[in-house]
Formats: sequence, structure tokens, C-alpha cells
Amino acid sequence: MIDVLYFAWVRERIGVPRERIETSAVTVADLVEELKAREDRYAAAFADTSALRVALDQELTEFSASLSGVREVAFFPPMTGG
Amino acid sequence: MRVLVQSKPFDYGAECAGFGQGGRDVGAVVTFLGVVRDDSGSLARMEIEHYPGMTEKAIAAIADEAKTRWQLADVLVIHRHGTLEPGEAIMMVATAARHRVAAFEAAEFLMDYLKSRAPFWKKEIGPEGTGWVAARDEDETALSRWRPERG
Repeated sequence: MIDVLYFAWVRERIGVPRERIETSAVTVADLVEELKAREDRYAAAFADTSALRVALDQELTEFSASLSGVREVAFFPPMTGG
Repeated sequence: MRVLVQSKPFDYGAECAGFGQGGRDVGAVVTFLGVVRDDSGSLARMEIEHYPGMTEKAIAAIADEAKTRWQLADVLVIHRHGTLEPGEAIMMVATAARHRVAAFEAAEFLMDYLKSRAPFWKKEIGPEGTGWVAARDEDETALSRWRPERG
């Protein structure tokens, strides 16, 4: 089981801020493909992953990163702080 | 070093007055205040979402990086989340150093990194509806000047 968090318009498109997911995905990209295949709302949110960022256990990383040992995955648009 | 992520307002004057002082080796203090700007002329409010837990860690990592690049006596970052109105203070950065170049550069570095590497997202709410503020290419470009040259 892995905690998956969504922020900003990704959260709005998927409709929940977080959920626990049973997955055997090896990488973030695999998890995205798995989610996209589930329901349209995921397909809409993940249509263009170049417009998204991902963090594993609260550290920014790449979609090619491994999920091994990861507890928390977060998907969000590019950040707009400051 | 202090990093504060909070929804409540902060007192910029009071924070500046007490910052970086008391030591004998500080010759320069730079402070920056970020304010909610109304670009459209009809912004009612801004809602700032963040990633609790990661936000504090990401800002602390950025501040630590600034401390390794410049000799800083002190660093302060305050960033608000939640609902803010135009004209309200959204964030502040302060740096204290021996010389002004380090204090200015470190403050700019902190600002550039906070803009695109701290997990905040701004949503604008106006009479026409709502919209997420998009990241700008210039913000990414601003970061490139701090990256080490690659041969």
C-alpha cells in the first residue's frame, strides 16, 4: 500500500486530496499508467505528465524514479511560491 | 535560522527590527517582502495551497543551501498559506551577512528557489471565476544562474 497525494488542479481533477493505493508498480511512470487505466478522471489529470511534478516521500524526483520502499507519492503542477 | 509556514499574518516590521542584530560580525541585513498583487484589476482573493511537511523541509533545504554558498550569520523565511487579499503580505525573506553582496545574493537565491521549488500553489479568485496561477518560464530561467557551470 502506498499513500498518493494530489495538489492544486491535479487534486481538483481527481476529486480527492489523498488515497491509499494497492499497487505493484515499479516506477512512478508505471503507477501513472496504472491510474490512467482505472478511470477517466485519472486519465484527465495525467494526460500530460510534462506539466506535472512528482515527489517521493516529500523529495522532488523524476517520473522514472523507483517506488521501492516509498511510503508517500505526491503529484502536483509546477510550484508557484514566493 | 528560522523557517515559518503559517496561515496567520506576520509583522514584517517587528521581524525586520529584531533580525540579524546583536552580533559583531554582521555588516549587512537584506529583507524582502512579497505582497499579493492584483494583475487583473479584479482579484478578490488568492488561495494558497501547500504540502504540509514537504513545504517546511523544502524551505529548510533551500536555506541550508544558501548558508553553504554564502557566509550568512542568519536566515529567516516566512511564507503564508490559506486565503489572502490583494495588498496582504504573503512572504518574507531576510539574510544577515558580513558584507552586503552576500546578503543581497543569498536573498535573491532564496527568492528564486522559493518561487519554483517550495510546494505552494496559488489560485486566484475573482468575479469571472477562479484560476490556478501558472508557473512561468522566467522562473525556471532565474534558477539557472545559480547552477554551477558545467564544463
